Amino acid sequence: MELVNPGLGLIFWMIVVFSAVLFILKKFAWPSILQSLKDREQHIEEALHLADVTHEEMKKLKLDNEVLLKEAKEEREAIMNEARKIREKLIEDAKQKANAEADRIVESARVQIENERKAALMDIKNQIADISIEIAEKILREKLQTPKDHEQYIQRVIDSKQLN
Amino acid sequence: MRFTKIAFITTSFLLLFSLLSTQHIHASEAGHDEHEAPTKAFKPGDMIISHIVDSYEWHIANIGHTHISVPLPVILYDKNQWHVFMSSKFKHGQEAYLGYEIAKEGAQKGKIVRFEADGTAVLPYDFSITKNVFAVFVSSFLLIVIFLSVAKSYRKTKKHAPKGFQSIAEVAILFVRDEIALATIGKKHYERFAPYLLTIFFFIFFNNLLGLIPVFPFGANITGNIAVTGVLSLFTFGMILISGNKNYWAHIFNTPGVPWWLKLPLPLMPIIELVGVVTKPFVLMIRLFANITAGHIIILGFISLIFVFGKTSLAAGYGMSVLSITMSVFLYFLELLVAFIQAYVFTLLSSIFLGMAVEEHHHEEHETHHS
Repeated sequence: MELVNPGLGLIFWMIVVFSAVLFILKKFAWPSILQSLKDREQHIEEALHLADVTHEEMKKLKLDNEVLLKEAKEEREAIMNEARKIREKLIEDAKQKANAEADRIVESARVQIENERKAALMDIKNQIADISIEIAEKILREKLQTPKDHEQYIQRVIDSKQLN
Repeated sequence: MRFTKIAFITTSFLLLFSLLSTQHIHASEAGHDEHEAPTKAFKPGDMIISHIVDSYEWHIANIGHTHISVPLPVILYDKNQWHVFMSSKFKHGQEAYLGYEIAKEGAQKGKIVRFEADGTAVLPYDFSITKNVFAVFVSSFLLIVIFLSVAKSYRKTKKHAPKGFQSIAEVAILFVRDEIALATIGKKHYERFAPYLLTIFFFIFFNNLLGLIPVFPFGANITGNIAVTGVLSLFTFGMILISGNKNYWAHIFNTPGVPWWLKLPLPLMPIIELVGVVTKPFVLMIRLFANITAGHIIILGFISLIFVFGKTSLAAGYGMSVLSITMSVFLYFLELLVAFIQAYVFTLLSSIFLGMAVEEHHHEEHETHHS
């Protein structure tokens, strides 16, 4: 019976002591311990999350970089092509222009030459005509010294007209 | 290195323990031979019980016929009067002092009583600092010192990894918080009860362990004392009563899903439920008390075997001592495990009961299904 007969004093002291232990630990030990644990867990959680996010971002960044690089390459290619095209076109244009200019110059030269030639020819014709008239005048003056001669000549001109 | 040191200390404790026991038993035999019937043999039962119950002095050893014990203060309140004196006045229970003496038999055996003229034993109000009270003081002091220092190191390490003793404590703290409180109470309320659960867990665990160290001022059978376990379960009971919500009480007085004739006119279900409310802490008290006491009894029983055999022949005693000590060492390791398991079980069950007390209402579904 001794074993299961609780002592009043022990119950009393036990209540006092356990209350004190509970109070002291609850007030001064557990809050800071549990809070620290919670804080640390949260800290670790956040750190892990941040690592994940950073990793993801890095991946994205890398992908972005690759895309950017690819785009840049493509753009460079495009620009090069464009430049090449422009250069070719420029050269082509220049060539055409030069040709056209040359043609035009040649043409105008030709026209001018033609004009000059015509003018010269005209000049020569006029001179020839003048000279011919002069000669004809001199000849006529020599031949038509008598009135008979006049009549003969007139008759001949009229004949030639009728023949026409 | 550290492990071998611990092993060495444990072994020394064990050796010392067996040494103390032998001396005590020899001495008590001598005492019996001298004072009482000379033919009285060594009684293992008496020896074991005297080792596990509370006492007014802290008996350490007997050398020859001299008792070596630490006297503890006796505080009595009787007939409107306080009496305070040291337990050494009783001369190890042999003499009476101021009319009070330690009862040697009867219902109040081992307690301080006052015998009336007609021979009836009267119990005074006894607030003595007994062996167990003193041991509870010591272990509580240690508990407070250790956990205040752990709290301090938590404040120091902040968000960084724990250091030193803090790391050991953290394993247990996390175990109680996550495996006990969080698992049984749930996310919503566990933080409210975590400090209480941590306190009872470490209180029981500490006292269980200190009860296994057989040197003064440890080795008192604290958690194997029904008053101690009773008070612990009383705290759990109080916590349940305070924190029980509407749903919990409704469950007791108007159990849902039960036919009405079980509640009226004879409130059969409420009576059964109320009995259940009281038996829960009662079982907690008995379980811890019985487990720890049983462990101590078995170890002491094995030690006693040496002297039982030694009575018949010296050789048998020596032979038996080998087996007994081997078994005791084995049981000591088992007791180390039990020290943890019982602290765990007490805390777990307290936590489950508290979880039931704060459980949210979720019977509506069932009720609609029934109707």
